[in-house]
Amino acid sequence: MLQENERSEGLLTNDDIGLKTRLKLYRLQVEIRQAEQRAYDLFLQNLVKGTSHLSLGQEAIAAGVATAMEPGDLSFCTYRGHAHTLARGVPVEQVLGELMQRDNGLMRGKGGSMHLTSVDHGVMGSYAIIGAHLPIACGAAWRAQYTGSKDVSVCFFGDGTTNIGAFHEALNFAVIWKLPVLFMCENNLYMEYTPIEVVTAVEHPAADRAAAYGLESIIVDGNDADEVYRTVLKALDKARAGGGPSLIEAKTYRHSGHSRADPAKYRPEGELDKWLERDPIKIYRTRLLEFGVNEDTIKSIEDETASKIETATELCKASPPPPEDILTTDVYADGGWAWRN
Amino acid sequence: MAELSYREAVARGIAQEMKRDELVVFLGEDVAAAGGVFKATEGLLDQFGPTRVRDTPISEQAILGAAMGAAMTGLRPIAEIMFSDFIAVCFDYIANEFPKSRYMTNGQVKCPLVVRTGNGGAARFGAQHSQSVENWAMMIPGLKVVAPSTPSDVIGLLAASVRDPDPVIFFEHKSLYATKGEVPDGEIVDRLGTARIIRPGKDATIIALALMVHRAREAAERLADEHGIDCEVIDVRSLVPLDMQTILKSVAKTGRLYTVEENPRLCGWGAEITSIVADEAFYDLDGPIVRITTPHIPLPAADNLEDLALPSADRIVAKIKTTLN
Repeated sequence: MLQENERSEGLLTNDDIGLKTRLKLYRLQVEIRQAEQRAYDLFLQNLVKGTSHLSLGQEAIAAGVATAMEPGDLSFCTYRGHAHTLARGVPVEQVLGELMQRDNGLMRGKGGSMHLTSVDHGVMGSYAIIGAHLPIACGAAWRAQYTGSKDVSVCFFGDGTTNIGAFHEALNFAVIWKLPVLFMCENNLYMEYTPIEVVTAVEHPAADRAAAYGLESIIVDGNDADEVYRTVLKALDKARAGGGPSLIEAKTYRHSGHSRADPAKYRPEGELDKWLERDPIKIYRTRLLEFGVNEDTIKSIEDETASKIETATELCKASPPPPEDILTTDVYADGGWAWRN
Repeated sequence: MAELSYREAVARGIAQEMKRDELVVFLGEDVAAAGGVFKATEGLLDQFGPTRVRDTPISEQAILGAAMGAAMTGLRPIAEIMFSDFIAVCFDYIANEFPKSRYMTNGQVKCPLVVRTGNGGAARFGAQHSQSVENWAMMIPGLKVVAPSTPSDVIGLLAASVRDPDPVIFFEHKSLYATKGEVPDGEIVDRLGTARIIRPGKDATIIALALMVHRAREAAERLADEHGIDCEVIDVRSLVPLDMQTILKSVAKTGRLYTVEENPRLCGWGAEITSIVADEAFYDLDGPIVRITTPHIPLPAADNLEDLALPSADRIVAKIKTTLN
């Protein structure tokens, strides 16, 4: 919950968000942008292996949601989860280290880009099977309800997820059990390589389904961190007060392809340029200036982040690959993999 | 000591654990108000109330996903999947989510839960409500796989499963729910990964699971009475962890191994054990290892056809008699 003094710290008297929170929102977006760009550069240098799914262009959602969340709240992410993991405060070197499959990685290279998890930061996993984590988030929310804990489970997913069964099972389940969970749909207009409207019966893949489960239809501008923040804050307050789940659809756009293998040639001419004008970071930077934040403050956030990413990259490059003896650890709770005597 | 049915044992086992630990919660379709379609969970709602014993929609993914989310954040859930055939519609959780979460997070995520499910045939339910699918679970690293054959084992192994820190798939046999057995008074807690010799013998080793344990025992009695063949019968009880030492020791003594498996032929659990025995105890064997299984077919509904398909005491007797020497 925001402190009253934070809310009134804004430079303008009508600012409901406050300067401190605004600067946090900007810093998070910049950090995610720079980390994702670095991940892409490292991929080009063959230092990030396997696959990776970037959130370039979608930073305002990760930043807005994470800023609205309380420290004890839980995040359930998808394979496009670098942004949400970083937004909860997970050190960037641990994220890049995992992408580079180094021993300093968040999971020492045992999970990889698609499974970023940091239980200590409330990041309860990144799930690479579409829809799987919506019911799992319900379960975590059920535990909160059962034990009387006030935390809320937040589940991120893309527009493509709204067409899989687990989405519908989870929404119904969360409503009938009145669970403290927030379903956060990032509609970036493409289900992998296919325009979402080609494969979806309704115009707004998440919001138009809300009514089927007795939920309010909520659409926000996913490129506006303030709007995301405000809307999510309300949904989290409702969940915490025992009001049950919410479903939010945030409209946004993915600047790059689906994964590192996708040059996104299927996009119509000019579409990307149009969305680049609505770049969430550009929007937010302009807004900070309008709110009277001076250029130096903004620049220092950008520079500090750049040097943080640089240090993190060097740390990761210096880290060895994971030792071979962890190949068979942690299959079972005894720490090992024995299945017979 | 009291005589209890296998289905009553399920309810007693769950109740024992719910009484012990209030973090144990139970969810599934028709499990609360209706007491379960097999009446195996009757009375639990009255005893523990609607916050701990919860009916769910027909949403198997939601059931298993919710169980996982609860488990990884501190509860000890028991989830019911009514028929084990339905595991196919929520297999993601069994195959990808429960068993891999600990490994791929480098030990950060824990998943202590139990999935109880009605497994097996001989109830004339046809091809989609009769399968023995324990091998679907056995093949996945990270899971534990249990299949009790008696009421007493239902309680003891269920308690061990609930207390186990890993995800356990607990296969109850539908055709055993009405069977009865002696059950000791008081708390019963068994150990996973322990096979049990239920009939000692010297001529051949028969290993079996769940319903097949009873058929193997009947066959062994008849082989002894009618043909003078003395078989050792082992109830495997738990496929993961697998008590290979009990099986290898028995084979060392008898020199012959028969598996009795209700699953269709290919990749049944007996195939894995056969391979281990061939690998590690080849010189203890006096003849080929023989697998007695359901043929590689879907199960039919008609009683005469289903009886023909599932390994019967008659078939076990005939197979052992003709192959032993």
